[in-house]
Amino acid sequence: MTIQEVEQGRLRSPFYPRQAEIDRLNNWHEWKGYSSADGFYDTTLEYFSIRNSTGVFDLTPMTKYRITGPDALDYLNRLVTRDMRKIKPGRVAYAVWCDDQGQVIDDGTIFHLSEGDYRLCSQERHMSWLTMSAIGMDVSIVDETEEICALAVQGPTSFSILQAMGIKGIEKLRPFGLAHFDFQGSGIMISRTGFTGDLGYEVWLSPDQALDLWDALFEAGKIYGIMAIGTEALEQSRIEAGFIAAYVDFLPADVTVRSGRSRSPLELGLDWLVDFKKPNFNGRRALAEEKRKGSTWQLVKLDIEGNKPAHHSYVYANPKSKKEVGFITSAVWSPVCKQNIALGTVRSPHGKVGDKLYVEVYYQREMHWSRVMAEAIVVDKPFWDPPRKRATPPGPF
Amino acid sequence: MKKYDAIVVGAGHNGLTNAAYLAKSGLDVLCLEKNDYIGGATVSRNLYKDWYYSNCSYVCSLLRPEIFRDLNLARHGLQVTPYGGGTVFMENGDYLGSYPDHEVHYREYARFSKADADAYERYSADTMRQCRFIRDFLLRTPPDPTSFKPKDLKELAHLGSRFYEMGEQRMYDTIRFWTMSVAEYLDEYFETDVIKAALSGSGIIGTALGIHSPGTAYVLLHHYMGDVDGSMGAWGYARGGMGSVAKAISGAFQSYGGELRTDAGVDQIVVKNGKVKGVALTTGEEIDASIVVSAMDVKRTFLKCMDKNDLDDDFYNRVKNFKIRGSSGKLNIALDGLPTFPALPKNSPLLDGDMHFIDSMERMERAYDDWKEGTWSKDPYVDMVIPTVCDPTMAPPGKHFMSCFVQYCPATVEGREWTDEERDQFGQTVIDQIAEYSPDFKDLILHCEVRTPKEIENEAGLTEGNIFHGELTMDQLMFNRPIPGYAQYRGPVGGLYMCGSSNHPGGGVMAAPGCNAAREILLDLKRRDITPANFGDD
Repeated sequence: MTIQEVEQGRLRSPFYPRQAEIDRLNNWHEWKGYSSADGFYDTTLEYFSIRNSTGVFDLTPMTKYRITGPDALDYLNRLVTRDMRKIKPGRVAYAVWCDDQGQVIDDGTIFHLSEGDYRLCSQERHMSWLTMSAIGMDVSIVDETEEICALAVQGPTSFSILQAMGIKGIEKLRPFGLAHFDFQGSGIMISRTGFTGDLGYEVWLSPDQALDLWDALFEAGKIYGIMAIGTEALEQSRIEAGFIAAYVDFLPADVTVRSGRSRSPLELGLDWLVDFKKPNFNGRRALAEEKRKGSTWQLVKLDIEGNKPAHHSYVYANPKSKKEVGFITSAVWSPVCKQNIALGTVRSPHGKVGDKLYVEVYYQREMHWSRVMAEAIVVDKPFWDPPRKRATPPGPF
Repeated sequence: MKKYDAIVVGAGHNGLTNAAYLAKSGLDVLCLEKNDYIGGATVSRNLYKDWYYSNCSYVCSLLRPEIFRDLNLARHGLQVTPYGGGTVFMENGDYLGSYPDHEVHYREYARFSKADADAYERYSADTMRQCRFIRDFLLRTPPDPTSFKPKDLKELAHLGSRFYEMGEQRMYDTIRFWTMSVAEYLDEYFETDVIKAALSGSGIIGTALGIHSPGTAYVLLHHYMGDVDGSMGAWGYARGGMGSVAKAISGAFQSYGGELRTDAGVDQIVVKNGKVKGVALTTGEEIDASIVVSAMDVKRTFLKCMDKNDLDDDFYNRVKNFKIRGSSGKLNIALDGLPTFPALPKNSPLLDGDMHFIDSMERMERAYDDWKEGTWSKDPYVDMVIPTVCDPTMAPPGKHFMSCFVQYCPATVEGREWTDEERDQFGQTVIDQIAEYSPDFKDLILHCEVRTPKEIENEAGLTEGNIFHGELTMDQLMFNRPIPGYAQYRGPVGGLYMCGSSNHPGGGVMAAPGCNAAREILLDLKRRDITPANFGDD
């Protein structure tokens, strides 16, 4: 018997042959074992394609679990903090799950594919935790990361492109809806979801359909400004949308080493995802206690004066203070909002909406470093939130 | 009858910016526009089917980011998308590309000359140094060097210290730079003709001067000192066309409670006892206000919209002599598809950038010779862009809008009015030049609007169709803009102010004159200064 040695190099996405053709930058990084592009063409133009026309991001390396069985709903409802009974077939739910201390292990999206048939998508891998949580339940959990590849099709003309591609009924898909469509005689799943905070879709398919789908998508998109985008463009739009990222704005609780480095959903501004009225879920008791006593940290969205991004900055309650109250985790100059924006973590009771904080920004100009204490206002709405994101059917652009 | 705190005449981007800041400060402001649409020269006009033309200004870079942010223009719908690269097509079938990627740009220049490719770095640094110097003054009122007021002394000291900070050698360079021609400036760096021709275009756009005329190096700077999201010298498209700029600023203005009236042309600014009383509209209606701000150019304001008897003679004469010569025209074209340019490789990113069709310094100068002869250039300098390659909102899918800025095009032909025939010939000259490099271009034209300075003056109100409200030469810059003694946005009559591009820091869709004028008005009214300060240190 010959043992097939495990793949030693970085894996290639099934879309790679097409990506290689258009790639001009030769700038790749590793993402969960796969080669993933920072950008293909021009990262600035790629970013703007998300806000102005359509950007296509390959999210194949996302971890994907298929969760089925008679207890699938009860299982998920026990796993995550939000009430999964409200998520009907054909709907998608953003959710977090916690350890016993109510600390977030990860966030992800749960796709209710059909009655009792779910797909959980997350940044990190969680088979061990998921299996452990399933003890005593009649549920099957299968890792289908490699069986499903996916493209995020995001931007104002994304609807026009899918329609031009001949996806019948796409106009009926509401935000956080999913549906199965015919593509060249075989099935694909499309959800109206994304990581950009704009009008957009995610197309899920099997790897053998990958190249045909790519070709059809880009052919239809040619006159709608379609552009393949890399991680750099996506990251910028993710901050504008106010979305948090694992290992950036929070750490998975099960892998933190130092105490106090994990976060609860309440601390991440995800109170709306925690439903104390539903049946017991993991971490409930700890979260109820935290709710009563108050949280230690507060994740904040900051609108910072000036134009110097507040990378890695300390946050202060007043400009003269010597002791910081928190720090910035994600920062970017938003080209579409023309705003200097950031996500950060501050110690309670700081960080209430409308609070004025100060961010210590260091910036370098021709080798020399300078420092400004920039005023920052805590805001509650996403920085970028265009009405087209919610419109059903969406407009042509 | 209702009396406004302030009336702003002209709803172009500067008038609207000025009005927005006055309204934001709490004043009761009325902004008047002669056309039935707002924007002045910052418009998106629907002149053919589903096409929207940026039919005057067509690209955006100078718009002050401080104002963009401060007036929340993004929330009011403005989005500026940078575009990459540019091409000069050469008569010998070759082309010179300009790429946003540093190394690609180097390789392309090196194809012509390694020395030039290296020199580009030094050229960029030297030019950026001048940009950085001037950028600091864009949102500041120029000091009056003859005044001993503390405010002027402070500003003069600031100017002096910024100048001194550059260091000895660079202070000399700066003085030279501000007075030399763009051709001389480029000669100091480059040996390749087509590279010089490519870079010299920015030195003459909107200016009735040739590449060998002194002062054109500064005009180049004027086109380099803007930025898109901190990328200095970059240019972008306003999504939906340039009208989106005016629309967003007017959205801000109205959100502060300002009142906007279109179809309300001002016939005269009414003066009583040496103070403005209000305005009289062309309909005869009179509207009163304690302050009148003119966003029109200085010639139109004082020579056409005021009673000469309300102005002193020397002042009047100086306005008459203000240089605001017509030098450019425009073609706006609806295309049935994207024209091909066989000289460029398939899928080249250059297809998304601007395009030019003059490849030598001699041809650049000859284009100016025609203007001096009193006619349009027979081999013109064309700055051509197709914004719809990245903007899905300006034309139907698969169709395109092409904007051709054309230099040179005089205000009159050999001293007399343009005829319609001549206008069409002018348009044909441009179309023929482009068609030399794009065989299918002519067949794709669905509609073409040709604008000589005459049309631009008649519609947008710019005297002689001068896009900068007056030329950007040293004698008309800083404390001499528009005329000495009146560079601080105050007119010669009590309560009268000027906020158009005839004022510091000049033309382009910058919004700085409008904002700066608001600061001076608020100062006179002893109200808090709410205009934004420079981001600084970019």
